[in-house]
This record gives sequence, C-alpha cells and structure tokens, in this order.
Amino acid sequence: MDGAHDMGGVWSGEVRPEPNEPPFHAEWERRAFALRLAMAMPGGWNIDMSRFAREDRPPQDYLGKSYYEIWLAGLERLMLARNLVTPDEIEAGKPLHPAKPVARTLTPEGVAGMLHRGGPTERKATSPALFAARDQVRAKMINPPTHTRLPHYVRGHVGTIERVIGCHVFPDSNAIGGGENPQWLYTVTFDGRELWGEDGDPGLKVSVDAWEPYLERA
Amino acid sequence: MTDHDHHHHDHDHSELSDTELRVRALETILTEKGYVDPAALDLLIETYETKVGPRNGARVVAKAWSDPAYRARLLADATPAIAELGYAGRQGEHIVALENTRSLHNMVVCTLCSCYPWPVLGLPPVWYKSAPYRSKAVKDPRGVLKDFGFELPQGTEIRVWDSTAEIRYLVLPLRPERTEGWSEERLAELVTRDSMIGTGLPKQPHEIA
Repeated sequence: MDGAHDMGGVWSGEVRPEPNEPPFHAEWERRAFALRLAMAMPGGWNIDMSRFAREDRPPQDYLGKSYYEIWLAGLERLMLARNLVTPDEIEAGKPLHPAKPVARTLTPEGVAGMLHRGGPTERKATSPALFAARDQVRAKMINPPTHTRLPHYVRGHVGTIERVIGCHVFPDSNAIGGGENPQWLYTVTFDGRELWGEDGDPGLKVSVDAWEPYLERA
Repeated sequence: MTDHDHHHHDHDHSELSDTELRVRALETILTEKGYVDPAALDLLIETYETKVGPRNGARVVAKAWSDPAYRARLLADATPAIAELGYAGRQGEHIVALENTRSLHNMVVCTLCSCYPWPVLGLPPVWYKSAPYRSKAVKDPRGVLKDFGFELPQGTEIRVWDSTAEIRYLVLPLRPERTEGWSEERLAELVTRDSMIGTGLPKQPHEIA
C-alpha cells in the first residue's frame, strides 16, 4: 500500500545518531518488544501480516508514533482482529472475557530455539526464473491497496538484475492471508541518476530486492 | 530484568505515561489469559540486551580480516559462514556480506521499515529506523555520511542496499592500516556497529591504544 512508511527519497532532514545508544530507551519499550515477539506464536500471524498491521494507518498516525508505539499499535490490531483481546479489555486494562484457546505459547525453554530457527523464507522453486543476471528490467508501476515491498521510488524505473537470489515467500500474498505463493527474488540495481534525475549523484547505485511479479523486461 | 522498579531511572518524569500504562495493562491481560509467560518475555529482552549485539558482527569482520579462506566463504555465502561463529536465526536467516574497497563504499538501509541483521548487529538504533535516514540514504548517502561526520574520498562509488525482502546485509569494512599481525580479538575492537552498516568507518589503531 502507499503510505507514510514508504520513505525512500521523500525527505532530507539531518540524521542524528545517539552516542552509546542502548537497545531500549524505556521499560515499556522492552516489554512491548518482547510481547510482540512472544505473541506471534499464540497469534499465528506471519511477519508480512505484522508489517501490514504496522504500516496500514494514516500518515499522521504513523509519523506521530515512535517506533515501539507503532509496534504496539500493530500488535493490538493483530490481536483484536483474532479476538484474542477485545476493545473493552484494552479500554479497561484488564481481562474481562475468557481466553481464546491457542495452539501454542512461548515458554522460557522455547525462547532460544524460536530465535535460532527464525523464519527462513526461501522455498523450492516450481518454475524457472524469468530473469538472469545482467538482464535489464523495469520495476512495474503498481500501487496496490494492500501490502507490497516494492518501494515507490523505484517504480517505473529501469535497473539491472544483479543477482538471482532464489525463490522466496511473496509478501504481497502472505500479508493478506493469501498463502506463501513463493516467487523468484532478485537484487535489482539502479543508477542514482535513473532514480533521481540528472542532478543525482553520478557515483551512486541503489539496489532493492524485488520479487518477479514486480518486474518486467525492459 | 524482572524488576520493573529497577528501571525507573530510564524516565525523566515521575508519573507513568499513557503508553507505559497501556503496555503494563496489556501484559497483564495477555499473561492472565495464558497467552504469554512473563519469564519468556524477560528472556527475550535479556537476549537482545546482553547476548546479541554488534560485538557478534565485529567477530565476523575481524575473522574475515585475519583469515583469507574465511573471508572468501563469507563473501560467497555469508549465512553459513556467520553460523560457523554461532550467530544465526531471527532476522538473519539469509545474510549477504558486502565488501568495501578503496573505490567502493556500501551502505545498508530499510526504507520501508527497519530490516536489520539482528544476529550480528542486535536491534537497530533509533536513527536507523528514523524518517531522515530511511529517506535520505537512497538519495543522498554522502549527505548521510556528513551527518555522521565523515566524507569519502572523491571518486568513491557508493552502493546503497535497500533491505526490501528477507535478505539482510552486513558491510565488511576495509581493514585499517598498521594492524599487521594483530589478533582477531584486538582487530574486533576496531570494528564499530556503524562501520558494518556503512554509516561509519572502523576505528584507527591509535583510537584504542
């Protein structure tokens, strides 16, 4: 979807690094971080649903929230949609209804294994890749109303296939309950001037990782 | 990390914010419903505060600087090479290493969210997730480097890698000069987090003397 999360090239403010930055800046960030990771198991959602729940909100909401506030809002949405919690419980700040049965929960003994397994997205290919390294491709001009990982700033632009990565879970489908629908994934490299015009940095190249349905032969 | 009161120094105000209260209430609801175990939450937090961070990546880089065969394995297929040192899993399932040279500088960003190679760098810093970095890195990376206080030599090509899929990128910075014969442990002290993202350079030997 087109939203405030798709930030490539939009603004030019100063980046402000924080010296000796800690992993978290408040206790609630620690707890929100951990709740989000732990709830994926009983919740049963996938990473693409989780990203869509965070980014699918009005720009003023997305931009007005801190990073972990967005995580929290996304987590609440995912849980509400599955009736794991209800709006009146969030309002009251305590449980008001019986728990919904869940298949699995994360135990302390399960943490290391869960983190070590992660969520690999490579899948066995069922058809040959359409493109090969050095092919010229154009990122399609698409503006789907649902989740996509093709950033707006490359749409319509011509780049070169740098690497055929493999066949990977397709977020556009996986985010909306349409299944993994694995597609070939490529690293596509664009010249800075192709993306930003004649005033762009002549010594710049920008790569994105793009699934085959995002691309057409140029 | 189980004692909430222990962390009050994190706040510059005495009253809990709405967000703090909301998160506490949510944890209570989810715990009482049996969906989460607070001990598992504590362990998740402890893992990313004490075990998983840029020291992991620094070991990878130092080994690549010291061992040409390891460097070749890292550049050919980084995920198994990094797993040799015990680092693997969540947000690092498919890692690609990017080698800086005298004529090429690599920089990693996620313009769409905050994708970052957790097993080797830990959780991303606030600036990496911020609008200015996500906006500017793909259009004006030299401007970003100025914000970080350095400039690349004239004529250096700059390659920016936008982490739009589940591939995670780790920059292999140039080994500083006058470090011949150094041990991997000592070399690792030169490797900064930012040098592995591409927004910084490794420390020079005199900086850790």
